[in-house]
Amino acid sequence: MNVMTTTTTPKDWETDQEVRWCPGCGDYAILKAVQRTMPDLGVRPENTVFVSGIGCSSRFPYYMETYGFHTIHGRAPAVATGIKLANPELDVWVITGDGDALSIGGNHTMHLLRRNLDCQVLLFNNEIYGLTKGQYSPTSRVGTRSPSTPFGSVDRPVSPCGFALGSNARFVARAIDVHKNLPAVLKAAHAHKGASFVEIYQNCIVYNDDVFANFTEKKVAAENQIWLEHGQPALFAGGTKGLHLDRNDLMLHVVDVEGGDWEAADVLVHDQTNRGVAQMLIDMSVENGMPVALGVIYNSPAPTFEGAIVEQSSQAAQGKKADLQALIAKGQSWQVGQAPRPV
Amino acid sequence: MATAYVQKDDHRQHADAAESVVVRFAGDSGDGMQLTGGQFTLSTALAGNDLATFPDFPAEIRAPQGTTFGVSAFQINFGSTAIETAGDQPDVLVAMNPAALKTNVDALREGGLIIVDTGEFSARNLAKAGYETNPLDDDSLANWRVEALNISQLTMEAVKPFGLGNKEALRCKNMWTLGLALWMFDRDRAPLVEWLKGKFAKSPELAEANIAALNAGHAYGETAELGSEVRQLRVQPAAAEPGLYRTITGGESLALGLVTGAQLAGLKMFFGSYPITPASPLLHNLSRLKEFGITTFQAEDEIAAIASAIGASYAGQLGVTSSSGPGIALKGEAMGLAIMTELPLVIINSQRGGPSTGLPTKTEQSDLYQAVYGRNGDAPVPVIAARSPADAFECAIEAVRLATRYMTPVILLTDGYISNAAEPWKVPDVSSYEPFPVQFKTDVPGEGEVLKPYARDAKLARPWIKPGTPGLIHRIGGIEKQLDTGHIDYSPENHQAMTDIRRNKVLGIAEDVPEQEVVLGAPAGKLAVVGWGSTFGPIHQAVRRMRQRGHDVSHIHVRHIWPLPRNLGELLRSYERVIVPEMNDGQFKTVLRDQFLVDAKPINKVSGHPFKIAEIEDAIAEALA
Repeated sequence: MNVMTTTTTPKDWETDQEVRWCPGCGDYAILKAVQRTMPDLGVRPENTVFVSGIGCSSRFPYYMETYGFHTIHGRAPAVATGIKLANPELDVWVITGDGDALSIGGNHTMHLLRRNLDCQVLLFNNEIYGLTKGQYSPTSRVGTRSPSTPFGSVDRPVSPCGFALGSNARFVARAIDVHKNLPAVLKAAHAHKGASFVEIYQNCIVYNDDVFANFTEKKVAAENQIWLEHGQPALFAGGTKGLHLDRNDLMLHVVDVEGGDWEAADVLVHDQTNRGVAQMLIDMSVENGMPVALGVIYNSPAPTFEGAIVEQSSQAAQGKKADLQALIAKGQSWQVGQAPRPV
Repeated sequence: MATAYVQKDDHRQHADAAESVVVRFAGDSGDGMQLTGGQFTLSTALAGNDLATFPDFPAEIRAPQGTTFGVSAFQINFGSTAIETAGDQPDVLVAMNPAALKTNVDALREGGLIIVDTGEFSARNLAKAGYETNPLDDDSLANWRVEALNISQLTMEAVKPFGLGNKEALRCKNMWTLGLALWMFDRDRAPLVEWLKGKFAKSPELAEANIAALNAGHAYGETAELGSEVRQLRVQPAAAEPGLYRTITGGESLALGLVTGAQLAGLKMFFGSYPITPASPLLHNLSRLKEFGITTFQAEDEIAAIASAIGASYAGQLGVTSSSGPGIALKGEAMGLAIMTELPLVIINSQRGGPSTGLPTKTEQSDLYQAVYGRNGDAPVPVIAARSPADAFECAIEAVRLATRYMTPVILLTDGYISNAAEPWKVPDVSSYEPFPVQFKTDVPGEGEVLKPYARDAKLARPWIKPGTPGLIHRIGGIEKQLDTGHIDYSPENHQAMTDIRRNKVLGIAEDVPEQEVVLGAPAGKLAVVGWGSTFGPIHQAVRRMRQRGHDVSHIHVRHIWPLPRNLGELLRSYERVIVPEMNDGQFKTVLRDQFLVDAKPINKVSGHPFKIAEIEDAIAEALA
């Protein structure tokens, strides 16, 4: 265990490595936000490990002054699982993208989440393959034109947060690369013990610029974003609108809030432990006339994987001596007494 | 075979069946033949015989009853002299139904004994096995001696007092048969009675019924109800070095070797694996050993299995993963990551018949190319191969030693035969193994000094730095590493230099392993028979027999497949001819030709069964002609 001081500044989390993302990439903003958040978490750089797969986002560990492992495409969750099981004291962050986490590595993402390994998974969703020069991704919308889909993609996209919830993740959140609330979401993710899944909408300035503009642009942000807070009414548009849960059709609806009286409008109070409502929040989109749900959508902690492994191991080992000689001689054995006959 | 057993100058002839005997138990996959064979093996070991076994079972868990493809067999060769193979031809075949007779009888030596359960020779079962007429009634078995007993009925009678249902009562048939076999070879029943009591501790009536069946089978032999075909045979104990012995399978010895290796290295072990035949026993065995600091992780797939092991190695434990050929193929990219990041890792391949799903339950040695060459890029790894269940223990320790000393993944090849076969094993004294404790780097660079996670020691190994170590923060990954610093570096001269280092590091291991020895015969001469892996037994016996007949032939057995022993090329060139028997289509032969420009000739067999001694004798005779 680390006994050193936990006081750090954002500067302590910056490496001497030259950052090699395209100018204007949303990844810069995420990097800054993470470096700004780390000092507030009370952790030490040498006890922190950033693990990534392949893709633009996966260069991230090189720019953090922590231990880092840039692994292979899609496999960061599996490597992170080995790291955390080998040393549960380490603070593990998995940095991934929509292709890395949901195409080639979808299987590992699912299993990390359902096992509830204590780590933070930051999925940079730009709805495109950046590093391989612009092919459509599993989160690209139908009709996305790309080098591999010149006539537009025809397959339907996956919802990252829906996937996470379906995989039994116990913490699901959303944020935007350049939004001021990102550090608060990161802090909540870190505070949650278990697998914390954070989808970060990230703008790819080269291959998919402005794909999230219909809710990130300044002039539509208030109307089309709703930042959720546990125990608070689900309000947006400067408090003039809210979400109402209709008990008859079991659906969320946007309602007008007159004079700030959200109770009169029967606006939903966000309960981050309600999994059913979390699914409805995740499914909201501008296209279906709803704001995009952001912040901590679902947070309902459960025992962690590495905790259960450690506990079971120590229980199983209890009272047993690690006697190697006895182990290899175990089972039905027999003694040969006489000297060998001459050959 | 167990190395501690003493080889006599034997001319094993079938007439002298008392020196060594081969028995094959065959029945439906639901008949409990593997269990019968396993228990017979134990009683054989306790009687002091040397032995080797060959379990041969179908890929289906419960194939339709009575069919030929549902036949499961277990062969054991035991004797008063060193035994190194499961035997070419059974002397005794126990066939529990027509299908078992049909699929196994041709393997039996002429004049051998067949014991059949006539209770299973119904018209329906005969038809299922493809017999048009009952072979017990015609002269089709004239080459052999036949003892036809209604084992089913005899078993039913023996277990009658215990009030079991028909099905459960018939399940005791294998114990009746075992009882008879124990009588035939004059064995003690007491250890089996104890074992049955333990196995059926929760249902004492089943224990009693099985014990009754066992006793009834034994009594049947004893009271001379048998015809003159069956006589009691006593096989003297084999001469062996004094000490404590137990039987061991490859699945067990690998587990014990890995645990021992980790202890010698002073490391905790992380075992990431995904179930696959025939590698799974290792996962099962290790998952029970929590008190030895072992974490087992059944991953979601083969890739996650190795990736998690790499993560664990990165975090400072000994990462181990294991699989069979198809799974190893999936691990290929991650092996490259371990090579690039220079982390210790042990990768075990229990080879089976391929390609694709191939022959899941049959043995083969056809993943040698995959082990030596099967990765993208220039990606060298040391490869070692175990020759027997007992040898797998030593190989596992050696794999851990190389992985940690050289900071490299190491591939350990075994196969389905080694995984499942049993042999007596002289329990080693673990304190006699020299520890090779790992030193993690913890010293921080001085003022003005640069941290060099890719600096080299005399063996070209880089330091092992655990995350969590203050002052040594750095990043690693699959992109080409800069010399010394380990930063990203794509430059041409750096890639050349790093490729050279990775190659030379692995080749340097040849200086750290023993020179190649000749197991049997002269270090020069007319013919060398070169083998690797589980073909050791049949090659060894074949060379011995040919030498006894006066032929100039030597046996060379290679454990270190990559890098090859430093004197091997010179040694091979000192023979006029070189043949390489392998259970593949000629893979090691290619490596030897490539490395040494020797005219190594292939002797290949890919039937899913190990070589017979006679097959290799024939090959030797042909090579010498």
